[in-house]
Amino acid sequence: MNIHEYQAKQLLARYEVPVPKGKVVTTPEEAEAAAREIGGAAFAVKAQIHAGGRGKAGGIKLAKSPAEVKRAAAEILGKVLVTPQTGPAGKKVRRVWVEPATEISRELYLGLLVDRATAQVAVMASAAGGMEIEAVVKHSPEKIFTERIDPAAGLMPFQVRKLAFALELSGEQSKELGALVRGLYRAFLELDCSLIEINPLVVTKPGKLLALDAKVNFDDSALYRHPELEAWRDEAEEDPIEAQARKLGVSYVHLDGSIGCLVNGAGLAMTTMDVIKARGGSPANFLDLGGRADTEAVAQALSLIMADPKVKVILINIFAGIIRCDMIAEGIIAAVKQMSLKVPMVIRLSGTNYEKGRQMLRDSGLAFTMAETLNEAAEKAVALLQSQIPGA
Amino acid sequence: MSVLVDRNTRIMVQGITGGQGRRVVEQAKSYATRIVAGVTPGKGGAEVEGVPVFDTVAEAVRRTGANASLILVPAAFAADAILEAVDAEVPVIACIAEGVPILDMLKVKHAIAGRASVLVGPNCPGVLTPEQCRLGIMPTYIAAPGPVGVVSRSGTLTYETVHALTRHGLGQSTCVGIGGDPIAGTSFVDALGRFEQDPQTKAVVLIGEIGGNEEEAAAEFAKTQMRKPVVAFIAGRSAPPGKRMGHAGAIISGGRGGAKEKIAALERAGIQVASAPEEIPALVQPLLH
Repeated sequence: MNIHEYQAKQLLARYEVPVPKGKVVTTPEEAEAAAREIGGAAFAVKAQIHAGGRGKAGGIKLAKSPAEVKRAAAEILGKVLVTPQTGPAGKKVRRVWVEPATEISRELYLGLLVDRATAQVAVMASAAGGMEIEAVVKHSPEKIFTERIDPAAGLMPFQVRKLAFALELSGEQSKELGALVRGLYRAFLELDCSLIEINPLVVTKPGKLLALDAKVNFDDSALYRHPELEAWRDEAEEDPIEAQARKLGVSYVHLDGSIGCLVNGAGLAMTTMDVIKARGGSPANFLDLGGRADTEAVAQALSLIMADPKVKVILINIFAGIIRCDMIAEGIIAAVKQMSLKVPMVIRLSGTNYEKGRQMLRDSGLAFTMAETLNEAAEKAVALLQSQIPGA
Repeated sequence: MSVLVDRNTRIMVQGITGGQGRRVVEQAKSYATRIVAGVTPGKGGAEVEGVPVFDTVAEAVRRTGANASLILVPAAFAADAILEAVDAEVPVIACIAEGVPILDMLKVKHAIAGRASVLVGPNCPGVLTPEQCRLGIMPTYIAAPGPVGVVSRSGTLTYETVHALTRHGLGQSTCVGIGGDPIAGTSFVDALGRFEQDPQTKAVVLIGEIGGNEEEAAAEFAKTQMRKPVVAFIAGRSAPPGKRMGHAGAIISGGRGGAKEKIAALERAGIQVASAPEEIPALVQPLLH
């Protein structure tokens, strides 16, 4: 689960992380009032969306007065920002965060994440802050300094010293860095984070460390022990079909193709997408039905797939190991009749009782296209799609 | 021979009184699998299908000589159950639950280091040595004994592959589901090392997917430490970056963990990579002679 920058800053402030004191608002008038309340001679007005790269897309503006803040907020609010992280459709700005503008002398990067290979929380730091850290990792990995934290010993002072020297911080700043990293590590553990990123962590003109941006992701598997975090979820930032799937407990990812996929198992669902693509088609979604095969589960999955107007063909790929193909066939037939679905479907059943399942589908009176293998299913789905395009 | 489990494996089921626990015990009757004990705190003294239930893992081990544990408790209790089995020095532990918090697994991984137990999973179907032992939930009728070792991060994709192998007359020594989580008890490299040592295994099928760099480590290991041939398949060639594809561990993040890089690393190590699961048997067949 992701949260907004303003939420991340409010959250991290509780862990003694220095952040600019700002306000989140939803109208230009509120933005102006917020600026008056904050005071000072310069302000930053920042679009709140769940994506990076806002600055280049025009989502961050500097203002010299409350009136300018109002104008900046009016420009940003309601705008659809397209950044490398939003996808081509972009994201609509519903809130802006107003904070005092900061005079910056250096921009650093600081991130905490779980290092899968060593099963440790890793602290990554770089003097190349402000840039996309992916680019730094790719092109100049020597600029990234990593300290892995032993879960029993915790963050040790020598690790903070190593980072501080690598970042060429002063003695006073090293102390600030120690408090800051300790606070972030405590937040990471207490809140079951999967990522905390401060980019940039700035050294201000007066020489203080300040978290100018903040990104916090939580481990979805651990949300059950933090019910208070649910209030921080912004559903408007989620893909509407994905949000619906989450509520139904279905594993679904919205993609941009036209062949809807209904599969059991995550690995098989990915493979189904891959084979469709290799046969010249384009999957509309990833969907893992899991271990369920009843009519309700199939109907839920089909309704999610059909919620995407781009879907022109559906490919159902089931390998029944624990479930049975006749159960899934019954579920498909009932769901299709119940929903009066007209979209062409290619079905490939394999595993337990697949012959019975196929016979039931044939006898149903519904126009299913059957396939023996995944390759064959993908070819048939692509052919059905092309037959729908006039002139093709 | 086989890896991890065989006909001498005596299984205890942690969480035996739940629905899945009962099903597993029932199915074990018609398959060569010895379930000797169950553990559910507070239900000691009860029986499930004739299997005695104990309050603690330590007691179950003491009273029945159980030497493997199948953990079927919900994700929120998985770390506790795993460490109770580690504490009782159970040699092989398989944890099925999906959705174990990553920080729980981080603690488990460090607590288990240097101990006598091997953990498989979580978020996995367990381990199956055909016609000898099923420590987990893999369907058994799709498998047959033979020379091919199978190790995989996925569930149904494994079944699909095992089924295809069996239909082509290629039986399996053992099928190991290491699970789809970012931190797992057994890695590809651990499993490959076991297959390399196992006299029955003549070739290994590795089924990987996007996320992390386990497949790259496996490629390096196969190239430098193995004499047995490996055939691979990688799911997720068409997966977009930054999206979790079902499994908690299946995500391309920070520009890393993509299928292309994994396939390239495997091919550099001389490993053939199938482009669909149904092509795997044809790649394995010639390697067995």
